[in-house]
Amino acid sequence: MDLTTVTSHRPARGRGDLALAPGESLLAGGTWLFSEPQPTTTGLVDLTTLGWPDTEPLPDGGLRLAATCPVAVLRDLGPEPCRQAAEALLMSWKVAAVATVGGNLCLALPAGAVTSLTAGLGAEAVVWTPDGGERREPVDRFVRGVRRTSLAPGEVLRAVDLPAGWDAAGATWFGRVSLTDHGRSGAVVVAHRSPSGALRVVVTAATTRPVLVDPADPTASLAAVDCWYDDVHGAPDWRAAVTADLVAQALAALGGAP
Amino acid sequence: MIVDGHDVAAEPRPGQCLRTFLRSAGHLAPKKGCDAGDCGACTVLVDGEARHSCLVPAVRAGDAEVTTAAGLGTPEHPHPVQRAFLDARGFQCGFCTAGYVVTAAAIAESDDATVDPDVALKGNLCRCTGYRSVRDALARAGITREQTGPEHTGTGVGGSPPPPAGPDVVTGRAAYTLDLPGDHAGLAVLHLAVLQSPHSHARVVRIDTSAAEALPGVHLVLTHRDDPGVLFSTARHDSRLDDPDDTRVLDDVVRFAGQRVAAVVAESPAVAEAALALLAVDYEVLPAVLDPDEAREPGAPLVHGDKDAATSRIADPSANLVAATTGEVPHSGAVDAALATAAHRVGGTFRTSRVSQAALETHGARAWMEDGRLVVRTSSQVPFLVRDELAHVLGLERDAVRVTTGRVGGGFGGKQEMLVEDLVGLAVLRLAERGDHRAVQWELTREQQVTLVPGRHPFRVAVELGCDADGVLSAMSLDVRSDTGAYGNHAVGVLFHGVHESVAMYRCPAKRVLGEAVYTHTVPAGAFRGYGLGQVAFAIESALDDLARAAGLSPAEIRRRNVVVPGDALVVNGPPTTDIELSGDGLHQCLDLAEAALAEGGAEPAPGPGWLVGEGLAAAMIATIPPRGHHAEARVTLAVDGSVEVAVGSAEFGNGSATVHVQLVAEALAAHGVDPAAIRLRAGDTDATSYDTGAFGSTGSVVAGGAVHAAAQDLAARLAAGERPAPDAPLIGLGEHHGDPRAAAYNVHAVRVAVHPPTGEVRVLRSIHAADAGRVLNPEQLRGQVEGGVAMGYGSALAEEVRLVDGVVTTRTLRDYRFPQVGQVPHTRVLLAETTDPLGPYGAKSMSEAPYNPVAPAVANAVRDATGVRPHALPMTRDRVWRLLQEDRAR
Repeated sequence: MDLTTVTSHRPARGRGDLALAPGESLLAGGTWLFSEPQPTTTGLVDLTTLGWPDTEPLPDGGLRLAATCPVAVLRDLGPEPCRQAAEALLMSWKVAAVATVGGNLCLALPAGAVTSLTAGLGAEAVVWTPDGGERREPVDRFVRGVRRTSLAPGEVLRAVDLPAGWDAAGATWFGRVSLTDHGRSGAVVVAHRSPSGALRVVVTAATTRPVLVDPADPTASLAAVDCWYDDVHGAPDWRAAVTADLVAQALAALGGAP
Repeated sequence: MIVDGHDVAAEPRPGQCLRTFLRSAGHLAPKKGCDAGDCGACTVLVDGEARHSCLVPAVRAGDAEVTTAAGLGTPEHPHPVQRAFLDARGFQCGFCTAGYVVTAAAIAESDDATVDPDVALKGNLCRCTGYRSVRDALARAGITREQTGPEHTGTGVGGSPPPPAGPDVVTGRAAYTLDLPGDHAGLAVLHLAVLQSPHSHARVVRIDTSAAEALPGVHLVLTHRDDPGVLFSTARHDSRLDDPDDTRVLDDVVRFAGQRVAAVVAESPAVAEAALALLAVDYEVLPAVLDPDEAREPGAPLVHGDKDAATSRIADPSANLVAATTGEVPHSGAVDAALATAAHRVGGTFRTSRVSQAALETHGARAWMEDGRLVVRTSSQVPFLVRDELAHVLGLERDAVRVTTGRVGGGFGGKQEMLVEDLVGLAVLRLAERGDHRAVQWELTREQQVTLVPGRHPFRVAVELGCDADGVLSAMSLDVRSDTGAYGNHAVGVLFHGVHESVAMYRCPAKRVLGEAVYTHTVPAGAFRGYGLGQVAFAIESALDDLARAAGLSPAEIRRRNVVVPGDALVVNGPPTTDIELSGDGLHQCLDLAEAALAEGGAEPAPGPGWLVGEGLAAAMIATIPPRGHHAEARVTLAVDGSVEVAVGSAEFGNGSATVHVQLVAEALAAHGVDPAAIRLRAGDTDATSYDTGAFGSTGSVVAGGAVHAAAQDLAARLAAGERPAPDAPLIGLGEHHGDPRAAAYNVHAVRVAVHPPTGEVRVLRSIHAADAGRVLNPEQLRGQVEGGVAMGYGSALAEEVRLVDGVVTTRTLRDYRFPQVGQVPHTRVLLAETTDPLGPYGAKSMSEAPYNPVAPAVANAVRDATGVRPHALPMTRDRVWRLLQEDRAR
């Protein structure tokens, strides 16, 4: 839809262009920004003109996804969980072609499937700080709550780094429940066994922020959850129940059943 | 930017999306269904890639080559995908089609040879078809592996010719309501926007409009001070006295969160919106009542306590009561006595939710002055009724108002109201008084479709049924309460219609129906497909299922033993209805067909371990025409060049009436050498013919069609008598229909479902719908109407809900509303009874609303059969079904 209060559109050419004036918002794919009224936004600063490569191999065998990497590129990387995560999103393929990895993380909706996947894999958010520096933070801590991240004013999400082993065959399990088959996720569980053998189980969509489940004692972990999400896409008691089932399936699939 | 091969020189504004940029440049094929990336109606190719143009910053496409549906092909040379949609009849209103063909064309060009439509088309929403014909189109286009449907042929009655507007629809050329140039009569069009109330109940103490009026580009601000002072109802019926006069164009009291408080008219929608933010409004917040049961308690805040019962036609404004019905037959006390001696008795209280009609085209209108008359082009099912009420409210002579429609992008009852026309009309008159003759346009947002526009009445129905040892009904008792929200539009009709055919369908010696329509301080409810029948049927058909169980009968058998047959009186809670003439055994045929088709070949296996499988069936009856008058006049004109013009007042909004009207004329004139291709339709214009009540109550075929049929026969008789058209004297046939007497149509839905207790998922394994529509005028179109109604039924049964928190709507987008996507709608096998109605044209009955009604109870009955637990509320979302089973286990 038209953002009627917006009067400027500024392509970013370098890091110096990312300092936002009052009322300015960063624009990546724009697929969320243009999908709802944004009455306080008066200017757009386009990130896509920075030319960040969608993906870059990391020296340790990991993979860097640029914040501006389209969801469709993530979907087509190869491993099945990437496709499952992209298709878990309510958005159509026409949207996924432009919606970005970083946009999904920064939007911080509980059902953000990029959050689900990258938090599940143990990925790290790479954040450019306004002083020209950089900080790193696990995705499960970067997303703090519904529509809330750890980004401070002036900070920009540059990339998300997937750890080595992210694409190991059979290492990742992705499970999802929603009120309708292709609607917004009500609960997502991603489990991943790292090359070192450690098992990681992360709940998203059902909770207001990513929750790590202790594979050795999932019952206690889930009982301690204090942030079951309540909105039109599922009641919190139901989300808790289906999450417990998904966690059990994940542990059974990856041989982590206690 | 190059659009469909044409250079567009204009510069996009920052913040502008590609959709509005294209449309303001005159490229009108991309439609606005949601403006939020959910529906896909605005899909275009940007440098060959399919995009939702509402989500594309127009600035980014500055150097792009853009292709819309209009650029893909022409009516003469359609793109293969467009040809496939036409051949498959893959649309009804067609508002979504321009987006579908572009999306499908992009898929056809891509590397994927074939796709899974449930995934690939989840971003293209259709409200009319139920997606089966869309799937057929995709299969014909070769982009899915699904089976293609049969070829559709024929031109006259009994054939399935393409809709007359089909080639224009599939190539993005059909003009919907606001597919108009950006200027009118050489002047730029002004745009209207409204300020909506943040409060459920408040008095507007003060509005300071000075800052808004001072904003450059603002031409008019309207507040309650500009209200014409005429109370009316947004609901439109043949008689304006059918609905309470409780509404003003702009009121100084707001009665629901979302009600319009003030309007701004400005040079662009953006300026109008900016001006809204400058309106300073002081509200005196008043106590509100949001729950219909609380609204009936003594001392509850009153919604229309200021109204006079007699002049506003409100049953009891001092008790929030819009309308009531109380009655028992054959005498008071009969039902309790019969229940006391019944061999079996069952009961329960059932609730239905708020539902949005969610037609893909939002409401919208453009108005202007022409030769001293107010002309309004609007998205309406009832142009004549809007004309009459506009004249009444604005103090004009009826002849001083003309209302026209373009192609209407879906209705489902939602456009049997006057919701935008009053405000644009008032604005145009005010501007004209100042010598400003610009046109004014108001296009609602998708959000306003749920916060401002009426949806389906939520009902609470307590039902008790009793029968003898043979399962023969001995007592029916209903206690019904509908929540009409802040205004009583359609409250009376929906209440009385809701308890009519649903109750009258059963022969039962003792019946009691108590019904109330109640005001609350919530967004109003209005006309919705089925008009109350579906809500009441959910209760009765659920209870009857329990009664069958108690009596040891099958669901079909208990209905066979109790439904009315020709000769039976139609009774609710008083004297029988006398203007409905039953004929034939259509309902029994439907029961037999549905039962047999559900049993055929045995049950599908459960989808996996832990799933529970069950079956359900429900029936519904509907009168073919609404009561209390429904009139149509038609004129068929044969010119000397052999061309034929059919003039009828009824608008086409996806109901297929245009196709049927042409077929009726083709059939009647076939013996006189008239070429079906030479028949043109002029419809939806109050200047086209003298009167038409409108297209609601499924009357497109039987009333408007009846008038067209009569006019065509009149013309045929003249031709048979040797009359011929002359160059200055075309030959004219006239016809009319007055909606009386009426017949009844029947629908039986049967379903097998699997329920997954751990998640609450209800999966449809087999879906059967049997319908008695009389003689079939157009088999493919009838099938499409049934499939569309059934799909909407599944939506209401399993997913859709307008939710309110503290009186404020929270489901403001189609994604949050859970509008059914292609993968959510099961395939339904449609079976037709073989009957011929003595009243309808060529023996036809109506069939637009009816298929919706029995779906939810059939699904609920199947869930009950599978799980042993009876659902009492809609929608049966997975979280609710899960909790239902949890609570049952806890007991």
